[in-house]
Amino acid sequence: MNKVIEGIAYVLGNDIDTDQIIPAEHLVYSLSDPEERKHYGQFALSGVPVNQAGLPEGNIPFTENGQSESKYSIVVGGKNFGCGSSREHAPACMEIAGIRAVIAESYARIFYRNSVDGGFFIPFECATRLVEEIKTGDDLIIDLNVNTITNRSSNKTYDLKSLGEVIDIIEAGDIFEYARKTGMIPSTGRGGN
Amino acid sequence: MGMTITEKILAAHAGKDSVRPGDNIWVNADVLMTHDVCGPGTFAIFKKQFGENAKVWDRDKVVIIPDHFIFTKDTHANRNIDILRQFVQEQSLPHYFDPGTDNYKGVCHIALAQEGFNRPGDVLFGTDSHTSTSGAFGMFSTGIGNTDAAFILGTGKLWVRVPETMCFEFIGTFPEHIMAKDVILTVIGDIGVDGATYRAMEWRGDAVMKLSMEERMTLCNMAIEAGGKNGIIEADDVTLDYVRQRTDAPYKIYHSDNDAQYFFKKTYNASEMEPIVAKPHSPDNKAKVSECLDVKLDRAYIGSCTGGKITDFMAAARLLKGKKVKIDTFIVPATREVEQDLYKEKIGGETLMDIFKNAGAYLGDPSCAACLGGPKDTFGRAKDNQVVISTTNRNFPGRMGSKQAYVYLASPYTAAASALTGHITNPAEFINN
Repeated sequence: MNKVIEGIAYVLGNDIDTDQIIPAEHLVYSLSDPEERKHYGQFALSGVPVNQAGLPEGNIPFTENGQSESKYSIVVGGKNFGCGSSREHAPACMEIAGIRAVIAESYARIFYRNSVDGGFFIPFECATRLVEEIKTGDDLIIDLNVNTITNRSSNKTYDLKSLGEVIDIIEAGDIFEYARKTGMIPSTGRGGN
Repeated sequence: MGMTITEKILAAHAGKDSVRPGDNIWVNADVLMTHDVCGPGTFAIFKKQFGENAKVWDRDKVVIIPDHFIFTKDTHANRNIDILRQFVQEQSLPHYFDPGTDNYKGVCHIALAQEGFNRPGDVLFGTDSHTSTSGAFGMFSTGIGNTDAAFILGTGKLWVRVPETMCFEFIGTFPEHIMAKDVILTVIGDIGVDGATYRAMEWRGDAVMKLSMEERMTLCNMAIEAGGKNGIIEADDVTLDYVRQRTDAPYKIYHSDNDAQYFFKKTYNASEMEPIVAKPHSPDNKAKVSECLDVKLDRAYIGSCTGGKITDFMAAARLLKGKKVKIDTFIVPATREVEQDLYKEKIGGETLMDIFKNAGAYLGDPSCAACLGGPKDTFGRAKDNQVVISTTNRNFPGRMGSKQAYVYLASPYTAAASALTGHITNPAEFINN
């Protein structure tokens, strides 16, 4: 697990639901096929209303037309990030587009679990409402050694909330690696037997 | 100290005498349900993690109910059904309901109930957020992602953080024109779309216990729209009547202790409830129907796991009988069983199916259909900036297909009354006259 995550911010508002993160019509593609899964990066966050996309100004697309990777790698969101459906395609599409961390005021339960258990990215929480503090395009650095995020564009640093008990799963990589580490499932046999 | 039903069921499935909210525990699953949107991804992770030839932990506990993208020409969607079929064959799974055959059912949450997979006291996980619906049967049920589902397929277990419980009690009798949908929209409006995040929503009170299983399912179905982990209602004779007609499998009834600890408790007077809509673009954007009478509509949609059950259509038909709709009105039964009941159930000697056809409504095949937009050729999918009144569960931007559409969530009574007038209408006008 990287102790330092650097990237450019993409800022969103409250209640970003999974239909905004990945509209249902796109849920037909395979997540395991290397070519087909690129569609998920292409359509990541494509359901966000344009005036809400890339705050504070809005009208900033997350990915350029047809591209499956975004230049933004840290999403900053408001409260209840990832509400709505249980589709794991939501954190998956963000990871495919290049997201390495999300920092929100709070998360919807299933999205949070999926992010951690699937090992897509680290869902951080911050007591400060960063949506008001950080602009899309700002240069961010997250330091897990001291649990802070610094906005290098404004030279301000904020404390992140502790990851709590899920840190063990995050450090292992995903729920399967965690279960292997703790002896719940055998560590051999992965990938075919 | 006492425990709530949710805590008791989770403790029993973790082999513990008691649990407290906040405990992280490993829970044994009685049922794992998946469908066409999340099944293929789940199976791919299962094979990657446990091996190409690995077998699921218990064939009898895996239930696969394709329902999302069924009646479409989309080749990727149809390919996903083929992936389900192949996995079912490889694993010899007994509980699969194949599209295009007599065994096809329709929307998973209603099919789970109708096929006898909802049993009091059980733990049911499903790769769909509305899996909370099954909590109406006094069981713990919650939605999970592909990774967690693949973990269960291999191990039969999942870690669960024991939720705090919020109690919503309704005393008295609901007015005749009030449905469970009005009740859940009221509560979500009161506590917000994150008001129950990580928590159980327990429904209590004599008004709740007078409801049919279908109406109870509506209450638990939309727990997720308040962020809830699960919705739950103690099983009673109404529950057992339904369950015994559908399965011989064992069950166990749990009750919340008198000294159980609730995170939150609110009591409502059932007789004071009013017809409610959730305005665009959030299920907690609550308004009384009486405050929205000037909203002009382009279409009405009656269907989904939330509003496509037989009781929902009985309600709609009661208002539509002998009248013509003024706007495009889409009727989508949740399952084949509901569809068959439309041909059997009658009001004043006329079947519900005839009532809907004579009213000028469009009838669709049982599936999730336009509740979640879906592929471009999905029945009832919202277009452009249409204003839609819908008995479904979500009205986030783009949910029903078009990002520009305006969706009002409402009860089947309110949707039917509004279909007759072309604007949002209080069903009491039709019911009390």
